[in-house]
Amino acid sequence: MLTILALASVILLGIVPQQSEAIVIYTGWERHALVGSDIRLSCSFFSWRWTSDDVTFSWSYRADGARDSISVFHYTGGSPYVDNKGPFRDRLEFVGNPGRRDGSILLKNLDYGDNGTFTCDAKNPPDIVGRASSVRLLVFEKVPIQAGVITGAIIGAVLGLLVLVVVIYYLMRFLVARRVFNLSVSKHGKKGKGKEGSQQRQ
Amino acid sequence: MLLLLLGIVILHAAALVLLFVSTIVSAWTTGSTSSSDLWNNCSTISGGYHCDPAYTGEWIQAVQALMILSIIFSFISLFLFFCQLFTLQKGGRFFVTGVFQILASLFVMSGAVIYTVMSPNWVPVSEAYGWAYILAWVAFPLALISGLIYVILRKRE
Repeated sequence: MLTILALASVILLGIVPQQSEAIVIYTGWERHALVGSDIRLSCSFFSWRWTSDDVTFSWSYRADGARDSISVFHYTGGSPYVDNKGPFRDRLEFVGNPGRRDGSILLKNLDYGDNGTFTCDAKNPPDIVGRASSVRLLVFEKVPIQAGVITGAIIGAVLGLLVLVVVIYYLMRFLVARRVFNLSVSKHGKKGKGKEGSQQRQ
Repeated sequence: MLLLLLGIVILHAAALVLLFVSTIVSAWTTGSTSSSDLWNNCSTISGGYHCDPAYTGEWIQAVQALMILSIIFSFISLFLFFCQLFTLQKGGRFFVTGVFQILASLFVMSGAVIYTVMSPNWVPVSEAYGWAYILAWVAFPLALISGLIYVILRKRE
């Protein structure tokens, strides 16, 4: 009885992980960069299995408006292979650490023609079922002002000015009332209370 | 007297509602394939409806700010009207209320003017102005007239 139970549990443990096996790949969603700068596109994955020695990373690039994608990077058998014929020759560098499940690449000296979608696909044998993940690259001449900064600044400035005007108005009213009170009392030469007394003492 | 009061409040509220709708609805510029407003540029190109946030350009943010400020000032003006209604002396004028409402109308006008002048920068010239843009222009004289009425009006009874 016990042996049958042990056998059944071993078989179950063998079967269940295979069904929940699926590799999950993480890249960014969108990356912004300035013309002429470098950018690091990160790619990492989650897998239930240990990182195998045959882990592979694969980056492909589809330009904005293009129909198909080209392969620009491949890591397999422990060595990285970078693009040496395509649009990124001499500009691509592998900066990842496959042992730590990091397959990031570094793009140097960006240009407007590099706008597009980069797709990372990673495989961790025997964990090979998974969806590739894409990151969109946007190259700018200058970094655009974030949405709402100027809006908030203008609204804040005008409301601040309004508050300032109100405060100054009430302050002036308060000061004028004080002075008028002092003036009329000193004109009539009466002894006053409070402020007028202190004024005469000075 | 009460009828006049009601009429003035309705006019003010109408201007305020127009300001609200004009600022929020996405129809300042409409074309055959896209519509855009102060906050989004939405278009249906290449099989899909997607919106980009209107972050490009400092002027569109200025228009956003001016429209929001006009709503705020109109609100403050309505609030001050009810305050002054109960605290003003007999024969006094709703001066502060009128000033705020006139300022709100000036903000709407400058916002609409800036949008008119700068719109070729962020939407194609071939597109027509939408109804939310027209609402902004309608709200401007309404708010101006409402403000002027407040300045002229004297409190009785």
